[in-house]
Amino acid sequence: MSLELRNVEKKIGQETHIYETNLKLEKNTINVLLGSTLAGKTTLMQIMAGLDKPTNGEIWFNEKNVTGVKVQKRNVSMVYQQFINYPNFNVYDNIASPLKITGVDSNEIKNRVGKVAELLKLSPMLNKRPNELSGGQQQRTALARALVKDSDLILLDEPLANLDFKLREELREELPKLFEDRDCIVVYATTEPSDALLIGGYTATLLEGKIVQHGKTLEVYNKPNSLQSAQVFSDPPMNIAKIKKEGNVCSLISDDVSWKINSKLKDGEYKVGIRPHNITTYKEGSNSLEISGKVLISELSGSESLIHFTNGDLNWVSLSNGIHQKNVGEQTKLFMNSDEFLYFDETNKLVNNV
Amino acid sequence: MNKTVNQKAWLFVIPVFVLVAFNAIIPLMTVVNYAFQETFGNNVFMWEGTRWFKQILLSDRFHAALGRQILFTLIILFIQIPLGIFIALTMPKEGIGVSVCLVLMSMPLLIPWNVVGAMWNIFALPDIGFLGHSLNALGFDYNFTQQSGDAWFTTVLMDVWHWTSLVVLLSYAGLRSIQPAYYQAAEIDGASRWSVFRHIELPKMKKVLTIAILLRFMDSFMIYTEPFVLTGGGPGNATAFLSIDLVKMALGQFDLGPAAAMSLIYFFIVLTVCWVFYNLMMKNEGQS
Repeated sequence: MSLELRNVEKKIGQETHIYETNLKLEKNTINVLLGSTLAGKTTLMQIMAGLDKPTNGEIWFNEKNVTGVKVQKRNVSMVYQQFINYPNFNVYDNIASPLKITGVDSNEIKNRVGKVAELLKLSPMLNKRPNELSGGQQQRTALARALVKDSDLILLDEPLANLDFKLREELREELPKLFEDRDCIVVYATTEPSDALLIGGYTATLLEGKIVQHGKTLEVYNKPNSLQSAQVFSDPPMNIAKIKKEGNVCSLISDDVSWKINSKLKDGEYKVGIRPHNITTYKEGSNSLEISGKVLISELSGSESLIHFTNGDLNWVSLSNGIHQKNVGEQTKLFMNSDEFLYFDETNKLVNNV
Repeated sequence: MNKTVNQKAWLFVIPVFVLVAFNAIIPLMTVVNYAFQETFGNNVFMWEGTRWFKQILLSDRFHAALGRQILFTLIILFIQIPLGIFIALTMPKEGIGVSVCLVLMSMPLLIPWNVVGAMWNIFALPDIGFLGHSLNALGFDYNFTQQSGDAWFTTVLMDVWHWTSLVVLLSYAGLRSIQPAYYQAAEIDGASRWSVFRHIELPKMKKVLTIAILLRFMDSFMIYTEPFVLTGGGPGNATAFLSIDLVKMALGQFDLGPAAAMSLIYFFIVLTVCWVFYNLMMKNEGQS
């Protein structure tokens, strides 16, 4: 089983929503589409599902061309950001609805709905209507409807975005388990890098209608192929600074910080990408660099401290574990872990491995 | 905590009290006053107790008028609600068609009621009216001023023309508020057009439809101006609905006592039906 987009392109009027895209999703995988709002995640999913036709290109499923085949004939299910259930059906009938339409016999329906409801912890509320449920339960019902069909392709379009923080955390942990033993391809769209990391599987980073990178989630995270991919996959946003390399010494252009590297890179100007959690108030790694700056904003969130500061003409973001209270305007010293630096050349390609 | 006493707030409430007193309570109390007394003018009143109420409730004339009223209201509800929903479903969802349709739909609602009556009166005249003349030319024996069936047909048609738009506009608003994802989800399920209507659109329109039915019930149950101008309640008493009959009694015959009693009974019927209906419709409505 595989889903393949071949040279897919989507234009609406003069506007290009999806630039020419090639993507192959393999059997039994969870694939995260990661990108900001309007990056084209929903459009891409609708094309995958057959709800929308690509302007150019083809969609292949199981080595068969399914471009233009209607969604009803494709055994697909989808879960939306909004909690979409039939308003006048109770939970049981809602979950059973896709089976009833395809004419599965009633004992079989009972059996399958029971199992899925158990899995999603909906058993005690099978007789309730959607408007009597909490948001989390409504979304569980929608998920159950998607799972009960045994679809070949399950599309989840930001399913957790409208949930309260706690419910979101809870459901996010359960999600990967739900799909573990299923014979299907799951596509999960989200704007949150942390979702992708938690869910694992594969990740495709999307930027303005283009897939920047597709691969195993951790590989995409650790080895972004380009500055864009790294930026999409970083929250809080990645720090980017210009550097100069001379011999085996690199230095920030905007400040007097330099370090050694072992690389065959040509001398010249590069960009360095530093994830916020690699700039901390304490030393980490064996090649820690000191950087000083003036505190702009200091925020505490849970057990983490987010410190925005200026150095040279740049604004930097640092993320440290633990509570580190800083005063606004204060001069402070922070430490960068230079082992984790990502280097990009003038075309924004990653050059760490050169 | 010490509460400071400040009665100034009453100053802000008084204007509303005065307004409501003058436009609702005092007129209503006048009617109540008439309903329990007999008067021959000159400000001389005699106490009659519940006599007028008994007289009205037992009179054939009231029963007939009430029967006509209920029949009329049922007919127009059964036509206007489904027709209104149907038109709303077929209206365009985007483009300039939307504004064109909305303007066209609002038009009948903007015409004063007596003008609607006059328009339809002329439109339906059997000799010179477009509708009346055409029907006769087609071989139908149509004359709304003489045949009660034709009078009913014309009155119902006029009301449908005048008020279906209201149902259309409300239903359309209800339909537009349904998120597109619902339709997509149904499409993925492979649901038929009918189930989409029955299980998504209709439940989602429930609230606006409740309002539409309530408004149309109240308006049609109290209809006066249009049939008054169109048929004057005739031929005979064929289209004399409750309010037309009431005005005949109060101003035509100057039976102020019975007319006042009838007004109160009329008022309570409308109030009770609306209350019962609203509660039934909203009974299973949890917090959305």
